[in-house]
Amino acid sequence: MSLDQPQLDTSPQVSDEVRKTTCYMCACRCGINVHMKDGKVAYIEGNKDHPVNQGVLCAKGSAGIMQHNAPSRLRAPLKRVGPRGSGEFEEITWEEALTMATGLLAPIREKHPEKLAFFTGRDQSQSFTGFWAQGFGTPNFAAHGGFCSVNMAAAGIYTMGGAFWEFGQPDWDRTKLFMLFGVAEDHDSNPIKMGIGKIKARGARMVGVNPIRTGYNAVADDWVGITPGTDGLFILAMVHCLMKAGKVDLDYLARFTNASVLINEDPKSEQFGLFLRDDDGQPQVIDRNTGQLAPWNGQGVEPDLAATYRAKGITHRPVFHQMADRYLSDEYAPEAVADRCGIPAQRIRALAADLARVAFDEAIELDRPWTDFRGKKHEKMVGRPVSFHAMRGISAHSNGFQTCRALHTLQIILGSVEVPGGMRFKPPYPKPATAHPKPHGKVTPGAALDGPHLGYTHGPEDLLLDEEGNPTRIDKAYSWENPMSAHGLMHMVISNAHAGVPYKIDTLFMYMANMSWNSSMNVGGVHKMLTDKDEDGNYVIPNIIYSDAYSSEMVAYADLILPDTTYLERHDCISLLDRPICEADAVADAIRWPVVEPDRDVRGFQSVLCDLGARLGMPGFVNEDGSQKYQDYADYITNHIRRPGVGPLAGFRKGEDGPQGGRGDVNPNQIQDYIDNGGFWIEHVPENAAFYKPFSMDYQNWAVKMGFYDVVQPYIFQLYVEPLRKFQAAAEGIGERQPPEHLRERLKLTMDPLPIWYGALEDDGVDLDEYPVHALTQRPMAMYHSWGTQNVWLRQIHGHNPLYVPTKIWEEKGFQDGDWAKVSSTHGSIVVPVAHQASLNANTVWTWNAIGKRKGAWALDEGASEATKGFLLNHLIHELLPPKGDGLRWANSDPVTGQAAWFDLRVKIEKSDVPNEAQPAMPAIKSPVGKGPNELEWKVGK
Amino acid sequence: MTQLPPPSAKKLGLVIDLDTCVGCHACVVSCKGWNTENYGAPLSDQDAYGANPSGTFLNRVHSYEVQPDQGEAQLIHFPKSCLHCEDAPCVTVCPTGASYKRAEDGIVLVNESDCIGCGLCAWACPYGARELDAKEGVMKKCTLCVDRIYNENLPEEDRQPACVRTCPAGARHFGDLGDENSDVSKLVAERGGFDLMPEQGTKPVNKYLPPRPKDEMPEFDILAPYLEPIASDGKGFVGWLDKALSSLPGGAK
Repeated sequence: MSLDQPQLDTSPQVSDEVRKTTCYMCACRCGINVHMKDGKVAYIEGNKDHPVNQGVLCAKGSAGIMQHNAPSRLRAPLKRVGPRGSGEFEEITWEEALTMATGLLAPIREKHPEKLAFFTGRDQSQSFTGFWAQGFGTPNFAAHGGFCSVNMAAAGIYTMGGAFWEFGQPDWDRTKLFMLFGVAEDHDSNPIKMGIGKIKARGARMVGVNPIRTGYNAVADDWVGITPGTDGLFILAMVHCLMKAGKVDLDYLARFTNASVLINEDPKSEQFGLFLRDDDGQPQVIDRNTGQLAPWNGQGVEPDLAATYRAKGITHRPVFHQMADRYLSDEYAPEAVADRCGIPAQRIRALAADLARVAFDEAIELDRPWTDFRGKKHEKMVGRPVSFHAMRGISAHSNGFQTCRALHTLQIILGSVEVPGGMRFKPPYPKPATAHPKPHGKVTPGAALDGPHLGYTHGPEDLLLDEEGNPTRIDKAYSWENPMSAHGLMHMVISNAHAGVPYKIDTLFMYMANMSWNSSMNVGGVHKMLTDKDEDGNYVIPNIIYSDAYSSEMVAYADLILPDTTYLERHDCISLLDRPICEADAVADAIRWPVVEPDRDVRGFQSVLCDLGARLGMPGFVNEDGSQKYQDYADYITNHIRRPGVGPLAGFRKGEDGPQGGRGDVNPNQIQDYIDNGGFWIEHVPENAAFYKPFSMDYQNWAVKMGFYDVVQPYIFQLYVEPLRKFQAAAEGIGERQPPEHLRERLKLTMDPLPIWYGALEDDGVDLDEYPVHALTQRPMAMYHSWGTQNVWLRQIHGHNPLYVPTKIWEEKGFQDGDWAKVSSTHGSIVVPVAHQASLNANTVWTWNAIGKRKGAWALDEGASEATKGFLLNHLIHELLPPKGDGLRWANSDPVTGQAAWFDLRVKIEKSDVPNEAQPAMPAIKSPVGKGPNELEWKVGK
Repeated sequence: MTQLPPPSAKKLGLVIDLDTCVGCHACVVSCKGWNTENYGAPLSDQDAYGANPSGTFLNRVHSYEVQPDQGEAQLIHFPKSCLHCEDAPCVTVCPTGASYKRAEDGIVLVNESDCIGCGLCAWACPYGARELDAKEGVMKKCTLCVDRIYNENLPEEDRQPACVRTCPAGARHFGDLGDENSDVSKLVAERGGFDLMPEQGTKPVNKYLPPRPKDEMPEFDILAPYLEPIASDGKGFVGWLDKALSSLPGGAK
């Protein structure tokens, strides 16, 4: 043939228009450019100007077009007509739906607001939904943090005013050694990939600590295939090595942490283990200038790490002495922990030594003067260029809170938090526990709750207990069972409501939470609880209202469905009052707006709450004349005032000289201003305020100006968390408010004010000889939670999930490709396909989370691979620990925060016959939306 | 049979960094999104919501485990699309001239209006980089986003393949591998970029950068000085602390 090339148009029109909004395909919240053709979504790419993703976009984000057009989208409000769980519904009008909801909710609010349990899943509007629940008056509100990563969040806040992801990030541009613990290929998604790309391009090193070597760990320079649940032990062994060698940042510890604060060491004193305080209540240190007591924050004070203080026969020693006593103990020597961690002792030493080498020999300095809160001027910023990141892998254990605390302690003794090259906070964080609200739970019929639901407890007096000492909340958050449950315990709501413990409820109202499937432990049990009837033939959980955009597994179990929009059809605000999207060098927030209008009879859930709130006459949702205050969510976003000058969006507020960031009056044109700016707002942290944020007056003053808080509030890192000691002291018998007897010993152990390690609580009730294998899940980078649908493009990447088995077990059991296995725990068993993986901890099996689907859900064919070969590990995990014979219900959760201990699971594995499909196979639910088309040929342009 | 043009001076292609690729499939889906909407027929999906969904993709990521003789197993993510070979067997095998290599920049394309869907090119390609679209019956392959890279309707910074623009880890690079001074050529030189299956004689333009050696942290012996003990217990530590503090600035009392 000839060489005549066809004429190509290499400059075709790309689209008619680009609309910039925020992705919702995972919790990362990247900026996206939505290319429109003929009024339809034609292509989605990353927004180059956006602070989160700077133009890049992951597989999920690019597949958003298939989510937006998914056949599983709900079309209209639904009323259940068959039995619960059948999936039989009839479509009703919005007026009927809202009348029905009001009919259920109004009498509850009038008499017993606590009989409404309102829990939202992975939504991004918790400051709004919480405000709604507060107006309703129920104490029973939380979002999904309890079954996700509250250990990470709470340990971070209590220890240093923030943890990772929304709170902080490695200094990607300067760090020289990055150690990544327990991140299941997400949390957060694009920023970590971008960061890894950056450090690799600079030739910096990365160490992955994870039982599984996939994803980020696959590209790490060094991989530490740790045994699940032993991260805390490994970390404290490194703390041991570093302290023993004196490789700690003494200047940093003395100035910026409570290592120098004095503790009462008299076991007979009521104050045993508490800080020595002055008359103003300020913790005391010894000032090296004078050798005398001084408040930690006194002007010019130079806190002494070593000096002790004795008065009235009581010795007070600084926190650092206690740390030395504890962590220099042989208990934490590498040899003592190596076998349990599955890491040779010399490897632990080498990793600790490498941290020391980089932190101290490769320190970096920036010529940026700054002033600390004691008035001391620093000419330079000194950086320890080692950084860390961690998420669910270390936190979803019953020892997760203390493990996360241990990691923060390691970061802090190296002097690597909020310094160049270390870990950096993202405004409006850092924010210490003392700057957060306390939890509120006081119910008044017909009136609002006495304050925001979720917060941070500082001692037994802050627990939410009634006069008999019973938990105020249905999930038992802020009770002695888990005193610091800062995100609630969503995973216990259905179980407790069904058991009527601590009390029965009337209506369960949930949003975007697949609680009858992958978001619950004990899936079959949950189905029974949701469908169980009492002697009179009534459902034990009388009413269930649910809002979702898609035909998820949970839909079938609700009585009334309020169909939500897709993320391209709605208003949202990614608010500083909620889970912010800022960067270490900038404060930012963002919106979603309807880049297309829904073509179905659906409404944004938050707009529905504005309507419902008004119908119920709730404070905050009605005007003085009783009329509806916010016509929809956009109206709320624009006009709601949380504190003077502070609303849901911090950008483009009305100032005297035009739009301004931070504080300002309501700007009626605010949403349009965001749209015109690409869907987000950003303002940079001044250079001299960019590091040492908790201690820097330069930062503190800027933070007040921006409205993060109203007065400067410098603080020091809490290596020793005094509130933990207060709960521990109560367990020892000190104080008025006392825990129940059965919890005393556990509280004494787990509420230790300095980080400790203890084995998984479930191990006490499991025969580890019979169930020796750890079982985990990860979430693939190209697929997320069941908060969206099973996406037609992404399901071709992850359409089913084998159980990955390490070489040792693979060979022991004689597995071959194509085999199936029976996997059992003390709670149940599953039969699933297996696959070999060599790059895996030798005693760990794992699978992808939430790929398995129930037949009939998500508009998939009943023969879909997700339903026939896909499976959930959830069937093997119970929300309660194995019974101890005491008749009590012990939650399978961290005893400090209530975090669901998903990753404590132990199993045994045996070769199985090949079944027709993965077991347990549950009956199909009837799809309220039918099935998706057989063939797709997607192109919207002509 | 179709003739190849004389080798072009400009050789546009991709450089893919196997050390940095985390296997996230961002490139796969971004490619699917752009190319179903743009060049030629859409990339269709069969049994889309059924038991065995199967669609057309121009770029896929494969993952391979490597078990070194010594040490831990490793996992390598390997994205693969058309390598725009200089001696492209998919072009010379084409009976209609539909498959061609552009004279000006070396991009290998399929002119869909001349493609009869015979599949010979896919058989000839040793990399398995072409997919016959089941709905349209035409051969689909990576176009190097020829409708992006010169597109005057796009801002200049966006004139790169969709997969490169979207890659979160920055593992994909686009440029002229015929120009030894281009950023991509320098990257290949610095990092020892290699050809995929050079023995096939296809002279691929795309290059891969090898993973850096892994698990090579120094033994503890070399690092031991960093952990030289200063104390054996808490008491000893406090003694050391007193001395250490007095040597800090302002410490002399």
